[in-house]
Amino acid sequence: MFDWIQHIADWFVFDTLGLQSGNHLAEALNFFIYDTIKILILLFVVIFFMGIVNSYFPIDKVKNYLSRNKLYGLEYFMASVFGVATPFCSCSSVPLFIGFVRGGIPLGVTFAFLITSPLVNEVAIGLFVGLFGIKTTLIYVASGILLGTVSGIILQKLKLESYLTPWVREILADAQRDQDIFQAEKQSFNQRLPIIWAEVIKILKGVIPYVIVGIAIGGLMHGYIPEGFFEQYMDKDNLFAVPIATILAVPMYSNASGILPVVQVLVAKGIPLGTAIAFMMGVVGLSLPEAMLLKKVMTFKLIAIFFGVVTLCIIISGYLFNLLL
Amino acid sequence: MTKAIKILGTGCPKCKLMTSVVQEVVLENNIDATIEKVEDIMEIMKFSVMTTPALVVDDIITVKGRIPSKKEILELLN
Repeated sequence: MFDWIQHIADWFVFDTLGLQSGNHLAEALNFFIYDTIKILILLFVVIFFMGIVNSYFPIDKVKNYLSRNKLYGLEYFMASVFGVATPFCSCSSVPLFIGFVRGGIPLGVTFAFLITSPLVNEVAIGLFVGLFGIKTTLIYVASGILLGTVSGIILQKLKLESYLTPWVREILADAQRDQDIFQAEKQSFNQRLPIIWAEVIKILKGVIPYVIVGIAIGGLMHGYIPEGFFEQYMDKDNLFAVPIATILAVPMYSNASGILPVVQVLVAKGIPLGTAIAFMMGVVGLSLPEAMLLKKVMTFKLIAIFFGVVTLCIIISGYLFNLLL
Repeated sequence: MTKAIKILGTGCPKCKLMTSVVQEVVLENNIDATIEKVEDIMEIMKFSVMTTPALVVDDIITVKGRIPSKKEILELLN
């Protein structure tokens, strides 16, 4: 499907620039051109598609659905699935949290949403398809949903309501199911399209610099680091690799766009995929700025428990990936 | 009549951008309006929005979670 991009890259590097195949610089440049074009196309397609989904199914509908329907345990899973379809910027996490609590949605279900939403977003999916292929992407999305679901159930079982900040506990006490009626924007597709389009361009503009820098670093590593270089340090049998990678990743704050192209090269050079994905999830899913924001609604203890449970689940899924793939 | 515009946002880059875009539209078109930036989360939650930034015109939420274009803002203010 992407052969034609490879032809463009080959033509540019080998014919136009006249570089020799096998030369480090040529390989790095070829990889850079091919990956950049392919990933930008995929990102565009995925972001556009998710933009359409999101326009018809905004966060308010998600909240109302979760708040209105009794789902007999499936609500954690549903919240997690909605998290995939509904992107939110981390600066919205507090209003979103309060909105859910006020709508009478259990804390664990809210957490399930808060965990999956940043972990599996349109940018990460677009990059994953481009870098690792469809199969690995599906596994990543499925494990992201599972991770949110399981963490949500665990966090609910821990009965953490008393660790919310006092004003949130007050809201919790007054919470009502199905409280506000959502005024759906009645717009035709033609009216929605310019808005969706503007959003797509905005997101793309925001991530392109990171993607290009990430691919450039990846391209250099691709050209200069020998195949299987990392295997001697981090093979699947090294039990400490997954937890160390995850714990190193949590304080790091980067978006998927910069880090994924580098992770892909690390995998190509011998780091097990599960270890790499655990690292990625740690970077994207949990971040210190998010913790700072959540301090308004949660006590330090609750944030620590939240991060602890999610970190643990990421480590477990890292091991599972290494076993299965 | 003076329009009361409120921009709800906890101070993220998107919210700041929204504020400056709205200010530009108001200035460029000589619209009679007051612009208030609401950063306190308790105040924001009174409008029960779940995504920021949100644009409130005369106590009605018009846009949430995205930055509208200048043209759209102008239409909302007229």
